[in-house]
Amino acid sequence: MNFDFSEEQVMLRDSVARFIQDDYSFDARRKIAASDTGMSAEHWQTFAELGWLSVPFAEEHGGFGGGPVDVMVMMEEFGKGMVLEPYFATVILFGGLLQRAGSTEQQATYIPRIVEGNCLGAFAFTERQSRYELADVKTTATPDGDGFVLNGEKVVVYNGANADTLIVAARTGGEQCDEDGISLFILDAGAAGIDRMSYALMDGQRAANLVFKDVRLPADALLGEKDKAYPVMSWVVLEACVALAAEGLGIMGQLNTKTLEYTKQREQFGVPIGSFQALQHRMVDTFMSYEQTKSLLYRAVCTLEKEDEDPARDIHALKVMLDRAGRHVHSEAIQLHGGMGLTDEMDIAHYAKRLMMINATFGDGDHHQAQFNALSFA
Amino acid sequence: MDTSFAPEDMAFRDEVRAFFADAYDDELRARLQHPTEYREAIIDWQRRLYDKGWIAPGWPKEYGGAEWTPTQNFIYETERAAAGVRDVIPFGLKMVGPVIYTFGNDEQKARFLPRILRSEDWWCQGYSEPGAGSDLAALKTRADLDGDAYVVNGAKIWTTYAQHSDWIFCLVRTSNEGKKQQGISFLLIDMASEGVKVNPITTIDNHHSLNEVEFNNVRVPVANLIGEQDKGWTYAKALLAHERTSIAGVADSRRALAELRRFAEQEVNAGKRKIDDPLFQKRLSDIEIELMALEYTDLRVLASVAAGGAPGAESSLLKIKGTEIQQAIQGLRMDLAGYYQGVLPTDLDPQALGHEFGSSARQAYMYGRAATIYGGSNEVQKNIIAKAVLGL
Repeated sequence: MNFDFSEEQVMLRDSVARFIQDDYSFDARRKIAASDTGMSAEHWQTFAELGWLSVPFAEEHGGFGGGPVDVMVMMEEFGKGMVLEPYFATVILFGGLLQRAGSTEQQATYIPRIVEGNCLGAFAFTERQSRYELADVKTTATPDGDGFVLNGEKVVVYNGANADTLIVAARTGGEQCDEDGISLFILDAGAAGIDRMSYALMDGQRAANLVFKDVRLPADALLGEKDKAYPVMSWVVLEACVALAAEGLGIMGQLNTKTLEYTKQREQFGVPIGSFQALQHRMVDTFMSYEQTKSLLYRAVCTLEKEDEDPARDIHALKVMLDRAGRHVHSEAIQLHGGMGLTDEMDIAHYAKRLMMINATFGDGDHHQAQFNALSFA
Repeated sequence: MDTSFAPEDMAFRDEVRAFFADAYDDELRARLQHPTEYREAIIDWQRRLYDKGWIAPGWPKEYGGAEWTPTQNFIYETERAAAGVRDVIPFGLKMVGPVIYTFGNDEQKARFLPRILRSEDWWCQGYSEPGAGSDLAALKTRADLDGDAYVVNGAKIWTTYAQHSDWIFCLVRTSNEGKKQQGISFLLIDMASEGVKVNPITTIDNHHSLNEVEFNNVRVPVANLIGEQDKGWTYAKALLAHERTSIAGVADSRRALAELRRFAEQEVNAGKRKIDDPLFQKRLSDIEIELMALEYTDLRVLASVAAGGAPGAESSLLKIKGTEIQQAIQGLRMDLAGYYQGVLPTDLDPQALGHEFGSSARQAYMYGRAATIYGGSNEVQKNIIAKAVLGL
C-alpha cells in the first residue's frame, strides 16, 4: 500500500506546475480571460507539444495511455493556476466519450486531432429543464434515410463558444426522462442548422446555448450504440467528477495557502491577525476540510484504478465532500481576507468562483448525496 | 498509488477472520459484557492474542512484537471492528510499552516488556492533574531525589482503570528551573507502594472507570526513571502522537455505523422504518462520507509512517475528526432510541422492557463526551496543528 506517485507522474505534475509558474501568472490569466475567446490558442499548442492533450488516450491513437492518477496530478495543477484553456471540456469529457463509445474509425479520426491540438470539443448534454439529470433529454434525433435529423436545444455547453466539434446527447427512443433511448452524435459545430449563442461564465470560460433546427446527420455521426448512450455518459461523467475534484482540490490548497500567508503579514491591533486563536482554529478547520477532500479523492482514484470495483459510491461521496469542503474553504478565505477578498484584483475571488462552477458541474453535493443514499439504502 | 491487497495480504485477512471466529467465542463475549468479570475476561483475551503472536502488532520483533506492515495493520483493524472484537487495553501495550523500548534501559526492557506482553501487569496513565489538564506541562506532582529513590507527592486525575492497575506511568516534576516542559521526568510507579491512594470518580454514564490517584511520600526507586531526569516531556510527546492516532477509532466507527443501520431497520415512526426516512438517511450519510474520508486519511498516515515518517500533526487531525465522528454516531443512536434513551442498566430483560439498545445508547452517548476532551482536547489539537502545520 502506498500513495506515492510514479516518476512519470511526478514529471507530469512538475511540467504543469512549471508552466503555471512561468507562463500563467494571475495577471497573464486575466488578459486571457478578457480576450475574445477567453483562451489562448498559443497555450493550447504548448499543451499539445508538452504531451498533456494525449494523457488519457490509448497509445494506438498517439495517446500517453495514462490512468486516473495521471489525470489527477495534472488537474490539480490546472486548478492551482485556474487554467482557462478547455482541457476539461475537450480532453476529459469530449475525449472521454470518444474513448468509451467511439468506433475505431471515429477514434482514429478525432483522437489524433485532439492530441495534436487541432480539435476543440464540447459535450452538449444540458437542457433548460434537465438541471443535473443526465437522462432528461428532449432534443431528438429522428431517422432520416441513412442518417438522422437533430432538433432541440442545449444550454450552458462548456466550451460551446470555441468548440469546432460537438458530441450531442439526443433522444432516439423512449420518454423524456428514460435512461433508455438516448444516443450520442458527433458533429461539426458549424453544421447547417446550428444556431450558437455564446456567453462568458463567472469563471472566465466561454459557454454557449446551441439550437439545432433540422440538422442533418450522416449515419456515421452516431457515436456508440443507438439508444444505449446513458451508461456511457454516466461512466464518463463519473470519471469527469474525479478530474473536477482534483482541480477543486488544487484550488482549495491555493486558497488555504494564500489565506495563511495573508494572516501572517496582515496586521491589525498592532499584531498579525494570524496570531488570533479565533482565526487560527478556523484555518485549522479549513486545513482539515482540504485533507478530508484529498483523502476521498485518493479513495475514488484508487477504486477507479482497480477496475473490478464499482467506484460510483466513492465518487458520489467525493462530490458531496467537494461541495461542503469547497464552500467552507472559499468562504473562510474570503472572510479572512476581509474586504480584499471581495475585490476582483485578488485571485481569492476568482478561485471561489471557479470552485462554485465545479460544484455545479454534474450536480452539487445534494444531488450526489441523493445518489449516494440511493446506493446505500437500496 | 496503490491500495490493492497482495495475495499474502488476502491470506493474512483469512487468517485473522479464522482466528477471531475461533478465539473470540460467545462465552468470552458474554464475560466481557459483565462489569465484575470484565477485568479477567479482557486479560484472558489478551493472552489468546499473545499465544497467537499478535498481542503487539506495532512493536519491533526484537521486543516480542509482530512488526506488521501498514496493510496488515489496516486489515487487522478492519476485521477486528467488523467482528466486534474489543481492542486491547492500550495503557501497557500501546502507551508505556513503546516508551520503554524506545527510551528505557536494558534492565527496564527486560523487567517490564515481557510482563506487558503477557498481560501480567495492568497499567494506567498518570498525566493529568487537578490543576493541569490542557496545560499538561503545568503539572505539579513532585518527585524529589532522596538517596536511591524519588519521593513523590501530589495527585493525578482522570486515571482510567487505576482501580485495576498494578503500575502507573507518571509525568512528575523534578525541577522548577527553566521552561516548565524542561523539569518533567517520566517515572514508573508500583501501585502497591505505600502512600498511593485511589479515589473513584463516578462519571456522567453512572460508571466507575475514572479515578483520582494521590501520592503521599511515595518512594520510587531511581531504577524506575525512564531515560534522563528532566527529559520526560520529550518521551511523553512521542507517545501522545501515537495515542491520538489510535483514539481516532476509525474501524470501530465503521462497526458502530453498521450497528446503527441495523437499529434503524428495527425502529419505526408512524409505521415507517427509520432507515427509510430521508432525513435519517441524510444524517447517516453525512457521517459515513466523513468516515470514508477519514479511513483514507488514516491510511495515508499509516503509509507515511511505514515509509519512515513519524505520526506528527496528522495524528491531531485524526483525533479531531475521529472523535467528532464517534460523537455524531452516538448522537444518532441516542435519537434512534427515542423514549428508551433514558433507561439505566436494569435486570429486566429486553423482552420485558420492550427495547434492546436504549441503555447502551445512553451510556455510549454520555461517556462519549469524553472523547473530544481526553488525549488532549480537540481545541488543544487545533493549537498543535496551527503551530506545527500552519506555522502560526
